[in-house]
Amino acid sequence: MNLKVKLSGHYYQFKSVKEVLAKANEQKSGDQLAGIGAANAQERIAAKVVLSQLTLSDLYNHPAVDYDQDEVTRIIIDDLDTRVYSQIAAWTVTQLREWLLAPDTTNEMIHQISRGLTSEMIAAVCKLMTNLDLITAAAKIINEKTANTTIGRPGTFSSRLQPNHPTDNLSGIMASTMEGLSMGIGDAVIGLNPVSDTVSSVTNILNAFDRFVTRWQVPTQTCVLAHVTTQMAAIEKGAPSGLIFQSIAGSQKANTAFGIDAHLIDSANKLGQQALKNSGPNVMYFETGQGSELSANANFDADQVTMEARCYGFARHYDPFIVNTVVGFIGPEYLYDAKQVTRAGLEDHFMGKLSGLAMGCDVCYTNHMQADQNDIENLALLLANAGCTYIMGVPQADDVMLNYQSTGYQETAAIRQLLNKRPIAEFDQWLEKMGISMNGRLTDRAGDATLFLERELIK
Amino acid sequence: MIITNKHLTELVPPMIHKLPVDQTGAIIDITAENLQDKLLVTNPRNRSAYFGLKQTTPARLGMGRVGTRYRTASVLRLRADHAAAQDSVWQEVPETFVRSMNMLPLQSSCRDESDYLTRPDHGRKLTPAAVATVKSQLPTHPTVLIAVGDGLSSRAITANVAQVIPAIKRGLAHEAISVGKIPFIKYCRVGIEDQLGDLTHADVVCLLIGERPGLVTPKSMSAYVAYRPTVGMPEARRTVISNIHPGGIHANDAGADIATLIVEMLTHQASGLALKQQLVVK
Repeated sequence: MNLKVKLSGHYYQFKSVKEVLAKANEQKSGDQLAGIGAANAQERIAAKVVLSQLTLSDLYNHPAVDYDQDEVTRIIIDDLDTRVYSQIAAWTVTQLREWLLAPDTTNEMIHQISRGLTSEMIAAVCKLMTNLDLITAAAKIINEKTANTTIGRPGTFSSRLQPNHPTDNLSGIMASTMEGLSMGIGDAVIGLNPVSDTVSSVTNILNAFDRFVTRWQVPTQTCVLAHVTTQMAAIEKGAPSGLIFQSIAGSQKANTAFGIDAHLIDSANKLGQQALKNSGPNVMYFETGQGSELSANANFDADQVTMEARCYGFARHYDPFIVNTVVGFIGPEYLYDAKQVTRAGLEDHFMGKLSGLAMGCDVCYTNHMQADQNDIENLALLLANAGCTYIMGVPQADDVMLNYQSTGYQETAAIRQLLNKRPIAEFDQWLEKMGISMNGRLTDRAGDATLFLERELIK
Repeated sequence: MIITNKHLTELVPPMIHKLPVDQTGAIIDITAENLQDKLLVTNPRNRSAYFGLKQTTPARLGMGRVGTRYRTASVLRLRADHAAAQDSVWQEVPETFVRSMNMLPLQSSCRDESDYLTRPDHGRKLTPAAVATVKSQLPTHPTVLIAVGDGLSSRAITANVAQVIPAIKRGLAHEAISVGKIPFIKYCRVGIEDQLGDLTHADVVCLLIGERPGLVTPKSMSAYVAYRPTVGMPEARRTVISNIHPGGIHANDAGADIATLIVEMLTHQASGLALKQQLVVK
């Protein structure tokens, strides 16, 4: 293992694989805040050169957090297919990059290699990829997952309907839901971030969703994104949920800050198999995002891309229905501006896809970040070209509960039309039946929430 | 000028009214419009019911579409609201305001706004010069120290502080507690009140600070109040009164609430979670 390199006449001697991984990252304010980023542009490239020559076994042997110390590491290592890994252990990261980009490397072949890759290997190859590399490689990978409907099929582009409300008002939540559905939004999931994390409130919202979805026979899944323990308590008492949600992180210590561990998620997954309104087999929904480990002081001097890759290594253990990064929510101390958010969105999506997940993205920003709606539209379109499974649908992109901006209903509609993509097939057929779309195009009726009031008024 | 003989399609503009002008001849302020009174959906099935739906949520519903995209009016309004939020982050509290409030100007270790946004640790620490100023100009062992910090919104400070501080003072005067000189900290994070606690040995420190602006308002301020705060203490020792802005908790009411809270902290010699538990026990 060689950690020394000469670049443009200067020698660079790195001390560890961890240091190489951190300094090989594209510039991120979070890595600078952690004090682990490259000191300048040349040191960054020197680290990339060293990384390009490391073997996959070098990365296997140097996880970001020790095996004995961390259950996330143990899950990633123990889940590895050793027959696959032994074939590729001697590959350099360069070889992995070029193998992924080679035209004769198919989706099936990538699925096979994925079982032999640890999260550190996935992070490493990500760091050698340019933005267009990340798009090209991710676009090859098809990850289909099935709940009531199957997400991730080629030619589809899905959306989560996010009808958040500042006081969890049921009428207000349903108003946003109706307008979203009338725009063809919600085929991934109708999922609300609640203000109140209580069993009764979560149950009320799940009941409201269930009544609506049953009455209008909407082929999708529903979810209230409370803490996993709150959802489990509600579901055990019979609340009708379609998925079980939880935010996850890339180290055991950071997961502790979220109030979870592997055992708890395992219990949630088991409960989900039995007690959800979901024909399965995929029942979990996870969210991630670069920087959450550092903010919990649980990054173990590893960079935020590597820690993010480990989230996906942890997630895939539970074979979730959907996973998305909430890429721009964390703030400028981790991702400073639109350039860094764009890079992070493409990295996360690629790493999630290579980990075997039906990967989506909450393409978003906060008001103290150097980004605006144009940047978010750009990233959404880049991701859609990379085969991103779904994005969010928030009324005109303005989340009035979480106080940040994401993608609006119109973004999914525009991207589907531009790239000739369709919603999930059953949902697409439902939209046609409702007269909202025809042959994949929105009709004049689309975008009118009162479409769903008609029957109620006639009654 | 070219005049073509080719057959021309008739160019029909979409039916969109121009924005009205006010009495000065200026185009009206689009941010002053209540979005809940605005419906841009073309030919909705049930117009009055749509307004009913909009009353149930501040979400931007019924903003219509042109093809798959937004209407011009709704794009401009979103951008205007975002611009107000952005500018509130990047604009500084004017020195004239700090002077007019007779506050003592200090600065955290942040070099500039960009350093402030990326280095929360710098924003929690005063410069050595500021430490010297605190030591020489603020009294030690006061009952209460009120401090103001710009935080993530300058407009939160200029919109609320001039009313909140007199209201706090009025509330404390009932208990014969006086308030001394008030420092203003530029590039301020919440944790700086812990350092102020260590430097002054105040019984209670109350920091008024601008919150991260949302699109609904860029003027939201919070009060972070702690009993004998000290560097390194757990976050659970802070009590927060948030959402102080003209559309939320009004400055006068917030001031009275803060004064009551300070008195409770002095009575129970506790703040944050510990105070909450003591009040529940009672």
